[in-house]
Amino acid sequence: MSTELDVSTNDWLQIGSHRLDSRLIVGTGKYDTYELMADSLRESATHCITVAVRRERLYDQHGQNILDYIDLNRYILLPNTAGCYNVEDAVRTARLGREILRGLENSGADWVKLEVLGDSKTLLPDPIATLKATEQLVEEGFQVLCYTTDDPIVARQLKNAGATAVMPAGSPIGSGQGILNPNNIRICMEYLKADDPNYPVIVDAGVGTASDVAEAMELGVDGVLLNTAIAHAKDPVRMSHAMRLACEAGRSAYLSGRIPKRLYATASSPEDGVIGGARPR
Amino acid sequence: MIVSVNGDSQEVMENASVADLLQLLELNAAHVAVEVNRELIPREQHQQYRLSAGDQLEIVTLVGGG
Repeated sequence: MSTELDVSTNDWLQIGSHRLDSRLIVGTGKYDTYELMADSLRESATHCITVAVRRERLYDQHGQNILDYIDLNRYILLPNTAGCYNVEDAVRTARLGREILRGLENSGADWVKLEVLGDSKTLLPDPIATLKATEQLVEEGFQVLCYTTDDPIVARQLKNAGATAVMPAGSPIGSGQGILNPNNIRICMEYLKADDPNYPVIVDAGVGTASDVAEAMELGVDGVLLNTAIAHAKDPVRMSHAMRLACEAGRSAYLSGRIPKRLYATASSPEDGVIGGARPR
Repeated sequence: MIVSVNGDSQEVMENASVADLLQLLELNAAHVAVEVNRELIPREQHQQYRLSAGDQLEIVTLVGGG
């Protein structure tokens, strides 16, 4: 008897009021062309994509808008506040993003990926400004998904401030260094999920290749947000496919419960019945 | 009169509305959001909201991002 195991069924990711069919959240930045972006998004099987809010180019636009390449019925848009270095800019940007998404009638209008950066070289978040902006945006009715470092104390404060999800970085944005401190991610999860096992913890930033996604998912995080690792791969569409598989593999491995690591070997074949019988000591 | 749009000077008719400006700039209103003097002007108010000389506008849209 064989049973088909479909792990994707009934394993959706709930973030606030949004139910996502995929645990990958994929960015839309840095692709060579919009066509390549659209193909990569499709191949990743993501349900949620991030977008940024920027000044309209009034005089040198070529008539192309990213919205012409995004299927708004397929994807929930997650507007970000990338590039903001203070609370006021982040809050204004979040409001503007909400206004655009309301006009598009996309359900992503009620949430925001909050980034308040502290430094343009590392793109590391300013934790104090992030906390203040979270409080204000929650007050204004946003579901706030906070980009933060892997500091468990900051993560806990963001949750306490009303963040809908906390999204620790694996390593700096676009660095491709993977998960630098898995133990901090573990502690973040322990703290955030202690009384609230379904509270979403998403690794956001730092992914370089598929094994980084698998590693994050094996740690037990609820999802992974990535952009550059796909957009700047030599073959973004193929890398999207790899990321999708890695996400599913890591999730399944986590749910399956890995064996403990041991110092010494344990034989897979029976120890009894070996012919001869002489063993070195 | 002159207003500022995304940091650049822009000539508009006296009493122009936000909607008039978007039309003048040939922008798809569905793809943008507009701030006047750092206050968001919701889409429903674009017709009624009258600009004044010296107003500072930001007109934004969505772009690719992570």
